[in-house]
Amino acid sequence: MIEYLNILITEIYKIFLLIIPILTAVAMIVWLDRRVWAFVQKRRGPNVVGPFGLFQSLADALKYIFKEIIIPASSNKIIFVLAPIVTMTLALISWAVIPFSEELVLANINVGILYLFAVSSLGVYGIIMGGWASNSKYPFLGAIRSAAQMVSYEVSIGVIIINVLLCVGSLNLTDIVLAQKNLWFIVPLFPMFIIFFISALAETNRPPFDLPEAEAELVAGYQTEYSGMMYAMFWLGEYANILLMCSMGSILFLGGWLSPIDLYPFTLVPAPLWLIIKILLLFILFSLVKAIVPRYRYDQLMKLGWKIFLPLSLTWVVLTASYLFYFNLLPVN
Amino acid sequence: MIIHTIFFYIFSIIAIFSAIMVTVSRNTVHSVFFLILDFITISCLFIMIGAEFIGMIMLIVYVGAVAVLFLFVVMMLNVSKQKNEWLGDEKNSNHIPIGLLISGIIFFELIIVVGGWKYKPELLKTFSSIGIDLDSTNTHEIGKVLYTDYIHLFQLSGMVLLVAMIGAIVLTFRKREGIKRQSYFRQISRERTEGVELADPKNNEGVKIDV
Repeated sequence: MIEYLNILITEIYKIFLLIIPILTAVAMIVWLDRRVWAFVQKRRGPNVVGPFGLFQSLADALKYIFKEIIIPASSNKIIFVLAPIVTMTLALISWAVIPFSEELVLANINVGILYLFAVSSLGVYGIIMGGWASNSKYPFLGAIRSAAQMVSYEVSIGVIIINVLLCVGSLNLTDIVLAQKNLWFIVPLFPMFIIFFISALAETNRPPFDLPEAEAELVAGYQTEYSGMMYAMFWLGEYANILLMCSMGSILFLGGWLSPIDLYPFTLVPAPLWLIIKILLLFILFSLVKAIVPRYRYDQLMKLGWKIFLPLSLTWVVLTASYLFYFNLLPVN
Repeated sequence: MIIHTIFFYIFSIIAIFSAIMVTVSRNTVHSVFFLILDFITISCLFIMIGAEFIGMIMLIVYVGAVAVLFLFVVMMLNVSKQKNEWLGDEKNSNHIPIGLLISGIIFFELIIVVGGWKYKPELLKTFSSIGIDLDSTNTHEIGKVLYTDYIHLFQLSGMVLLVAMIGAIVLTFRKREGIKRQSYFRQISRERTEGVELADPKNNEGVKIDV
């Protein structure tokens, strides 16, 4: 029994060691997002609280904690409270399989990429539950929009993942990174990287695909009736999801924790730092897109997903498979 | 192994409870949420017996796609009202014997399968031509069997799904007349000469626009 307790305590310790940096990173990333956004628009952004405004997110979080949580009288109360919890939990549990280096991973499971894909496809439930349970028009419209949008773009993300898996021959995330030791997949699969990036924007409801919370039409979409800490949980979950999509992109295409060149000055940098640098790079791209691209119309969004991305990525699967088969490069074990 | 057993019983109790709640709960949206909970716990059970590939595919396909559409339909149509009408009316309850018949058939089939497996445990192994290799992952094992021995059945089921998909699209597709559609090609290929006309208005006369 003592043995079991020991295992349990070490596992809980590991989980805390993972979750606390991630929550801090999410808070910091919100600040970074606002700063990048401000710099593009020649503003200063949050720069008052703490050095460079670094503690702005903490101040915001404090404000949310002390605000009153309002539950609408006609709402479905259990589901209304459950929705932000679901969003937040799903955004955090997917970090369990992300490898920060060859040894530094909480759960090195055989079907890591499937797990990531499954959890990110569950993310739609937080939004649908919130939208439906609010029992009000704007949240419901936002929820319906986001459900259709996320289901459509998941399809193309799945097909892109198949592309990568064809080159790797394993569903394990560590294997996927190690397969890129000689050549990052961004080089042979560059068009897929672009499509993955755009689909990730749509999957995380980021501008230019933020139709579920389009403030010009739907007030705040599915978040309209939420207040205080429940709203903050939606918000944190969203940013944790964005970080997760960035890390998925860097693991699938940018070689995860591997350094760009296997030479002396680059090998000094510890492996997790490389992954963090890549995630930050992708995230800055995310926030640049937010600042410079106008919002899509809904039919344009659907057309892009089903009529352009899906055929393109399917064609690329056929191309990759034929190429690997013809030159006898298929990974066999 | 004790922990394993405890988790197994927790998951099975949740699975059975949510399966019962799917049929019992009054609110139809709640029953869909219980269905989702059921799918999730069953995929947890799959993972516990070591079939992680099937568990994850179950999550992706059923919870990530099928149940979302279920939820969609149930939220959009007022199904709960219809359900109450059905159940409240005594005359229209003739679908209950049919349900009982179907559940009886399923129960009978389950007894045959489980009974056969309990009676002769080595029976299942004779069906598969390839012995199970414990060293490789079950994703590899499924791939080896699915794309070699059962490739025709696999392709056939894919064909059935494709036909069903095309059928659904044909049934719901309708072409509406008189709708302005955006054509990117026409928008981009428009020249300046088509869109702009230089007029030379005379004093006190103006220009006639619609010719």
